[in-house]
Amino acid sequence: MQMRTIEIVVGAFMLAGLISLAVLAIRVSGFNVGAETNTYSVFAKFENVGGLVVRAKVSIAGVIVGQVAEISLDQESFTALVRMEIDSDVAKLSIDSTAAILTEGLLGGKFIGLTIGADEAYLKDGAYITDTQSSIVLEDMIGKFLMKQF
Amino acid sequence: MLASIRQLGQNGIDLITALGRAGNIWWQAIWRRPRLANAHLVFRQIYQLGVLSVVITVLSGFSIGAVLALQGYNQLVKYGSESALGLGVALVLVMEIGPVVSGLLFAGRAGSAVTAEIGLMKATEQLSSMEMIGVDPLQRIVAPRLWAGFISMPILALMFSVVGIWGSSLIGVDWLGVYEGAFWSAMQDGVDFKSHVLKGIIKSVVFGLIVTWIAVYQGYEAEPTSEGISRATTRTVVHSSVAVLVLDFFLTLVMFNF
Repeated sequence: MQMRTIEIVVGAFMLAGLISLAVLAIRVSGFNVGAETNTYSVFAKFENVGGLVVRAKVSIAGVIVGQVAEISLDQESFTALVRMEIDSDVAKLSIDSTAAILTEGLLGGKFIGLTIGADEAYLKDGAYITDTQSSIVLEDMIGKFLMKQF
Repeated sequence: MLASIRQLGQNGIDLITALGRAGNIWWQAIWRRPRLANAHLVFRQIYQLGVLSVVITVLSGFSIGAVLALQGYNQLVKYGSESALGLGVALVLVMEIGPVVSGLLFAGRAGSAVTAEIGLMKATEQLSSMEMIGVDPLQRIVAPRLWAGFISMPILALMFSVVGIWGSSLIGVDWLGVYEGAFWSAMQDGVDFKSHVLKGIIKSVVFGLIVTWIAVYQGYEAEPTSEGISRATTRTVVHSSVAVLVLDFFLTLVMFNF
């Protein structure tokens, strides 16, 4: 086979590999090139985060505005300390906003839903959301329900 | 009794010798990487090992993707979560089946050819005549094949995964009627480039290295008879398939935090 033909075919092969990589990156894994958006951190303490994971989404009115960056145990109050990274476009979250851990569908993953308050002051980087509502644990609810019955 | 113990010891020594010789060939060939003037040798090998394996890889990828979609749909539809089909198929293909099955196909399609070619070169004393005229067979024959395998295998694995995902969407979305938006968005949500796609690529690079290494070694060490070459070719396919599967286990163990 001619050397030139081989070079062309090998080039096409390499190109196909690169295209495959691009397809996997963009179409399959939803990889955004250079979309490293600026974020700021907001903290919230929850009684129970049951099932919330890092990288879970944070949403307001169903629109994703950030993600959970870190979940740790607050050693003093023994509550779960969640650090959220909120897109800096969404800057005007009033300080009396509430955070609740919600479930996507019946079996879906957990996410944090923010409900905006009425205060004129806004949450800054590193601020705490004080009014929180923990994850609903199905077993607890079933337990309470059964206790009521008897 | 004594003879069998002696045989066992002999086998052990043979194994370690073989490993040493294989390591030696690999080490020497890797450092004698082809000069730019010899790039056409690598191109030719990428053509032989990679381009000629495209058809079998694409066909297998498509069938496996389609089968995963059929079987996955059957299970998921019981729980009403068939929209997770895309996610499941994509994860399985990108992390496991893509690299592993294309590695096995590569061993059968390309590895055996390399062994047979080098074995025949040895049997017809081309290798020793090369040495005689001052051409280093490690540089001229072995190194281009190692590099070509190292380059081709990840490309083949990527193609396999992409075609597999396309096949599964064809079956899942167009035929079985999974909602298209949910199919792709669940996939994009759940598949992470760094922690899934990249690890799959690392696996395929390792498989490419190990398969061509075994193939080159078996060819180089083949008994220079027709029977010897046939045995060496069989050994290449058997050893590299086992190596791919066993290494896959250990790579998964190391990379996915167990």
